[in-house]
Amino acid sequence: MPNRIEIALKAGIRDARGERIKREIEHFLHLPVAEVRTIDVYTVDASLTARELEQAASGPFSDPVIQEWTIDRPLAAGFDYAVEVGFRPGVTDNVGRTAREAVTYLTGRPFAAGEGVYYAVQYLLKGTLALADVEKIATGLLCNTLIQRYAILSAPEFVAKRGFPALAPRVTESAGATGRSLVQEIDLEVSDEELMRISKEGVLALTLDEMRIIQAHYRDPKVVAQRQKFGLGARPTDVELECLAQTWSEHCKHKIFAGTVQYEDENGNRQEIKSLFKSFIQRTTRDVREKLGARDFCLSVFKDNAGVIKFNDSHSLVFKVETHNSPSALDPYGGALTGIVGVNRDPFGTGQGSKLIFNTDVFCFADPFYAKPLPSRLLHPRRIYEGVVEGVEHGGNKSGIPTVNGSLVFDDRFAGKPLVFCGTAGIMPAEVNGQPGHDKYIKAGDLIVMTGGRIGKDGIHGATFSSEELNENSPVTAVQIGDPITQKRMFDFLLRARDKGLYRFITDNGAGGLSSSIGEMAGECGGCRMDLAKAPLKYPGLNPWEILISEAQERMSLAVPPERIAEFLTMAVRFGVEATVLGEFTDNGVFHMLYGERTVAWLPMEFMHEGLPPMQLPAKWTPPRHEEPVLEEKADYTEDLKQLLSSLNICSKESVVRRYDHEVQGGSVVKPFTGVMNDGPSDAAVVRPILESFEAVVTAHGICPRYSDIDTYHMTANAVDEALRNYVAVGGSLELVAGLDNFCWCDPVQSDKTPDGDYKMAQLVRSNQALYDVCMVYNLPLISGKDSMKNDFYDGTTKISIPPTLLFSVIGKMEDARKSVTMDVKRPGDIVYLLGKTADELGGSEYLALRGAVGNKVPRVDAAKAYQRYLAYHDAVLSGTVASCHDLSDGGLAVAAAESAFAGGFGLALDLSRMLWKGDAAGKNDLALLFSESASRHLVTVHPEQREQFEAIMSGNCFASIGVVTAEPMLTISGLSGTSVIQAGLAGLKEAWQRPLREL
Amino acid sequence: MKKTRAIVITGNGTNCEMEAAHACRLGGFDEAVIAHIAEILSGEIRLDDFHFLNLTGGFLDGDDLGSAKAQANRLKHASVAGSGEKLVEQFSRFINAGKLILGVCNGFQLMVKMGMLPGFDGDYLAQTVTLTHNDCGRFQDRWTYLKADPASPSVFTKGIEKGIYLPMRHGEGKFLCDSVATLERIEREHLAVFKYSDAEYAAPSMEFPANPNGSINAIAGICDPTGRLMGLMPHPEAFVHYTQHPRWTREQLPEEGDGLILFKNAAEYVRKNLV
Repeated sequence: MPNRIEIALKAGIRDARGERIKREIEHFLHLPVAEVRTIDVYTVDASLTARELEQAASGPFSDPVIQEWTIDRPLAAGFDYAVEVGFRPGVTDNVGRTAREAVTYLTGRPFAAGEGVYYAVQYLLKGTLALADVEKIATGLLCNTLIQRYAILSAPEFVAKRGFPALAPRVTESAGATGRSLVQEIDLEVSDEELMRISKEGVLALTLDEMRIIQAHYRDPKVVAQRQKFGLGARPTDVELECLAQTWSEHCKHKIFAGTVQYEDENGNRQEIKSLFKSFIQRTTRDVREKLGARDFCLSVFKDNAGVIKFNDSHSLVFKVETHNSPSALDPYGGALTGIVGVNRDPFGTGQGSKLIFNTDVFCFADPFYAKPLPSRLLHPRRIYEGVVEGVEHGGNKSGIPTVNGSLVFDDRFAGKPLVFCGTAGIMPAEVNGQPGHDKYIKAGDLIVMTGGRIGKDGIHGATFSSEELNENSPVTAVQIGDPITQKRMFDFLLRARDKGLYRFITDNGAGGLSSSIGEMAGECGGCRMDLAKAPLKYPGLNPWEILISEAQERMSLAVPPERIAEFLTMAVRFGVEATVLGEFTDNGVFHMLYGERTVAWLPMEFMHEGLPPMQLPAKWTPPRHEEPVLEEKADYTEDLKQLLSSLNICSKESVVRRYDHEVQGGSVVKPFTGVMNDGPSDAAVVRPILESFEAVVTAHGICPRYSDIDTYHMTANAVDEALRNYVAVGGSLELVAGLDNFCWCDPVQSDKTPDGDYKMAQLVRSNQALYDVCMVYNLPLISGKDSMKNDFYDGTTKISIPPTLLFSVIGKMEDARKSVTMDVKRPGDIVYLLGKTADELGGSEYLALRGAVGNKVPRVDAAKAYQRYLAYHDAVLSGTVASCHDLSDGGLAVAAAESAFAGGFGLALDLSRMLWKGDAAGKNDLALLFSESASRHLVTVHPEQREQFEAIMSGNCFASIGVVTAEPMLTISGLSGTSVIQAGLAGLKEAWQRPLREL
Repeated sequence: MKKTRAIVITGNGTNCEMEAAHACRLGGFDEAVIAHIAEILSGEIRLDDFHFLNLTGGFLDGDDLGSAKAQANRLKHASVAGSGEKLVEQFSRFINAGKLILGVCNGFQLMVKMGMLPGFDGDYLAQTVTLTHNDCGRFQDRWTYLKADPASPSVFTKGIEKGIYLPMRHGEGKFLCDSVATLERIEREHLAVFKYSDAEYAAPSMEFPANPNGSINAIAGICDPTGRLMGLMPHPEAFVHYTQHPRWTREQLPEEGDGLILFKNAAEYVRKNLV
């Protein structure tokens, strides 16, 4: 019988967690509660003496200054309802794991198999609530029933039953597993309908064509003969079929980007594109590198878990951005936490391994105040917002990696699937043990070693499930919870092992689990032989196929030379990290899986990796026409500006950003917030990864999904430009800067479910075209990226597709961090310049969105001119003549001017008639000058004494002085007719900007 | 002359070891060693060989049982391989040898939960104060003004005129005492070295965000009566150069950041008294 240890705050101690829950119940569910108090519950399912239980309760489990504890006696009193929430069996329970370790230190004995400690929280609600209200609180706020269980007791029931029973959520062997053979064979000699049923019910996400290719493979007499030697029949085993499904999933194989596209443009011109990836993304990098010649700084692109570029002679930079959208839709906290600790493993597992130096996050959500009905399976956007923000907070902060840059983007179509982009950069020695740090290889005979967490049923079918739309039956097991501490321990150990040369190759276990990591590693040397029975499990009862494809977190796969294995394993034990030899790499061309003595999978490497013919994808571009809104010109736009400042995409995100540690590791130079009150929004981040040096890394990003409603070509061009202009604004150098592309699309494959697939595919083609065109001019090699192509929700009746979204991230260098420029105006009297021309380009703007319109005149990037201007501006930064610089994006000039002014605490007096205009003069008016989102513009202030020098450096480029910084804290903008069109105190503008998300 | 040696313990979720070691070197220590707890438990590295121990920021064991609780338990019960002694005995010997310990953030939480602070009457293993969840219920990263007590016995804060400006980055920094008597004694003996204050360091503040966590009497850091052991929630190692200041692009600042003085004082004390 397990024991329950309860820990409660002593009377009079403020329960901050309870108060927060109370606020959320009121805010979110509109239910009145008088009070919420919380109790921590540890269910100890282990043979401990009464004395040891007391030692645990009074020692590591409680704080004697503020808490009290009981064993097997409820502490709750003075409540109307009690709700207890714990994890379902098998879900990662970090607190339980730490509690168990603490008990081990106390007793000096390890836990026996099957013993454990489980954590739960009891919420005590006081107030006039009906049982139905409490149910709503439990399921709508306290508990995510996918991964957690809950129980409710009213006060009288609680007394009658003496509280909640001591229940240990042990994993019991599933009924299906017992009495069955460990390995099933699947008969593929069946009808097409039956093939598709096998795929669908098994969450294999394989198409009929793919199922037929597999069917054909197993009909090949040579294959059958080879299989016989290993005791296998002519039918595929479940291990083989699952392994192929992972390897061939859209998530792992990127079939859409590798497919053959038949593209037709608006004029009927046809073009066959063999692989968008090769034709645009790889080609961009190749052509830019060729153009750079001797100045090329790329070291490792597209072949590893992350891209590697040069930082200086002794160090290289590593960067990767990933998405974790589908899991975050189901369990926002766990999905996002796994997203961040998952992307950490990418740069960590690049080359011979890198030390992680910063994280970036970009989240796309629907309006958190969304008040319309949603399809049943979808969580409310506010809950997704809360969960994702908290998940990334825990993942980033606990891992000790500063979160230096990010965005929140809002559009109600993200209710269908939120986008959770997580990026991580690392730094590695240019040379490790005499070899380039970014290189690695495997020799046949090297041992397959897995380190870190154990394998469970968590994350099974993550890769295949995210390769389908989200639907009613999306599997529970696809969701996981990350464990940053287990991962941190592993990283601490592996970096030391790297420096001792104890392994030859490292990669992470992400989507597809071992099937992917070992499958890819085996590709390096030409084969592997691995015994799945040797893999350490969280609990018994996993079938071999589950072991192979489980996406249980915090694991790295390594190739260790046999002569170093003893030292590697001894060191792992010392650092408290589990490391297990699972087999060896070979060169016989076969992916060979055993379970003990028995062969359970025998797959030729060539079939696994090359067996899939390219997908055929139709694409037809028909430019959409939106109604052109008729905008009334006003005499005064102050209220419009305030409305814009309060719009979700523009308003301050400080309440979220302050929850992320952006300064750990000590290298922070330009922080997310700057200015006289530390609350102005920075354009980009500057970080010094080596504290003894002033060389800095600069990172920024661009994202503008709204423009996709007009043309994804321009959406992409603007995203790339936004990233680079943010980067340039703070002082990033154009000599050494690289890009990463993250495509998040709605399903572009034409089918019954997606009748407009050819249009969505054309959008993808156009986006790729722009990526190539702009990056070529900007000398931006693409070093890594990722695509996520199934961001739709479909429950049979309602379909919600996200707007096609490209996140473009840049990483580069600044020789001297002390030259950085921030966006806050510095001194009254400084001259205000606008760099770049403004055009009648309100299409897709925040201003039109406020008016409920899209328009057609999307901003167009003139990359060649912009690049020349960015180069000149960078020289101005180096000359020390730039006092402040802010990029113009959402909301145009008016918003940028307001932000720079209130960040600096000084006013601005600007004159629209001095702005440079591009294009038809007919469209030139105050409204367009204020709010148009024309690309490539910066708002710069310069001290009058440096005016001449600044203008000399910028000469030959489009720029104009448009006003002055004033001591009076007012934003005053005069229009074309000479009268004021905006006049507002900075305090009011700032309040409008800070208010919307302040309390979230 | 013998070398002044600082050690920074890392492992199990400590995150600030790199910048803490950097601050020790900048502050004047001849050596600053980052030691993984595994290397201490294995006996490879001994605390006895150092003069200044840094318990720095992070999330030990994820703060899963409450901040630093699991590590406090580990240090109390874990044995050092090959020596037959518990790790806690190395700590006690270190303290009794008159050496210095600075706990920052998670390290302060650890010192408090092990009972090392406030360390009344030479008892360094009885917990009397704690650090718990911020009143705002959330982790916060923001810069705070810390008013120094000039009458404090702390060896780390000599020469601070009014106060220092440092970032706090924590979710559990609210300082509380087990009794009024403890709080009164801390105040009476001037052990509350730093208090959250207004920007002029005029008076302690209980207002958010000046006081970001609701600490009683606005206490941000305390020392023991000898002044050799000190802990604080904000991060001195995160402000040792002007480029780390949030407003360095708009203010004229000296080269050195406010936090460096703590490490300089430590180095000077060690040179004068311990080598």
